[in-house]
Amino acid sequence: MNNWPLWEIFIRSRQGLDHKHVGSLHAADAQMAIENARDVYTRRMEGVSIWAVESTNIHASNPDEADSLYEPSNDKPYRHPTFYDIPKEIGHM
Amino acid sequence: MTQAQFQARIDADIKIEPKDWMPEAYRKTLIRQISQHAHSEIVGMLPEGNWITRAPSLRRKAILLAKIQDEAGHGLYLYSAAETLGKTRESMIDDLHTGKAKYSSIFNYPTLSWADMGSVGWLVDGAAIMNQVALCRTSYGPYARAMVRICKEESFHQRQGYEVIMTLCRGTAAQKQMAQESLNRWWWPALMMFGPKDEDSPNTEQAMKWRIKRFTNDELRQRFIDATVPQAEFLGLTIPDPDLKWNEERQHYDSGNINWEEFYQVIAGNGPCNTARLAARQKAHDEGEWVREAAMAYSKKQEQRNKQVA
Repeated sequence: MNNWPLWEIFIRSRQGLDHKHVGSLHAADAQMAIENARDVYTRRMEGVSIWAVESTNIHASNPDEADSLYEPSNDKPYRHPTFYDIPKEIGHM
Repeated sequence: MTQAQFQARIDADIKIEPKDWMPEAYRKTLIRQISQHAHSEIVGMLPEGNWITRAPSLRRKAILLAKIQDEAGHGLYLYSAAETLGKTRESMIDDLHTGKAKYSSIFNYPTLSWADMGSVGWLVDGAAIMNQVALCRTSYGPYARAMVRICKEESFHQRQGYEVIMTLCRGTAAQKQMAQESLNRWWWPALMMFGPKDEDSPNTEQAMKWRIKRFTNDELRQRFIDATVPQAEFLGLTIPDPDLKWNEERQHYDSGNINWEEFYQVIAGNGPCNTARLAARQKAHDEGEWVREAAMAYSKKQEQRNKQVA
């Protein structure tokens, strides 16, 4: 089994919710990845839908670059509703 | 699955997801509604873009930029949700440019003074939020999830708008006058944003049955009026509707008649800015052509280079 590729598994726990990453597994192809995911990750009805994505197809941001990547949002508090003083009398807005 | 089984799922409040079976008409209705919604976010950037360079302070410029940036993001969430139904991004954009697809009629009105930036946030975004909060519970999963994300981000839009108007109202008499005139311009078009009266809205009944819409146009419009009138009173502004008055029995405000002739004229393309808005979109699209090409060419070149290295 040394050459079976790695797959990332995403499960939708309930209709209406997003697929969420739950973990990964090895499988020869997509079909087997979904079947294995069913056996590994949904034994207790944890899901209604499975996505399997070959791990090599996931492109991730580099943690070492996190500072510069997210820095532009650091000095923009005005993107948050709490930045604005709305009088109490107006209530929720 | 049959139509009856599909309806049973809807009635049980089970969300519909992209790979689920759905009636063709449900799919078509959603594509129309979500893509129109996306177009509205994108075209909605134009009236505000008009004021970026003229916003009265660096603070206001930064806020306005952040808000317009959000609108672009909201357009993206919605186009993506519509794409899960099988329509391509390109064909949606084409439909906008050829006039086959509509967008919210409100964006065909001009933003004439700085106060209009306040009114757009307070009234236009306020009306949009009323509609969008209801859509967080719409029956199509990807649309509902996009709406949740949008509503979270939208709150600052309305608050900054109210703050702009409030600042003007606490300023000089001329500034307060500017706020009042802006309210006069935007009040009625904002009410039209909820769409035709229920009895003239042929799609409402089916959309309610499919729980795409959770409330009727008139219900949402009433809710908006009830929420907004006290906000105007607090500022000492007058809503430009002589028939507006609190109805103790209904526990709602009664209001005057909307000029529906104007609404249909704007929808038909005869509003003050329809031509300019579409021309601006078309121009941006055409002038971006070389960027799209260059990015693809660069990507192909990188791919080839990586192959050679391997």
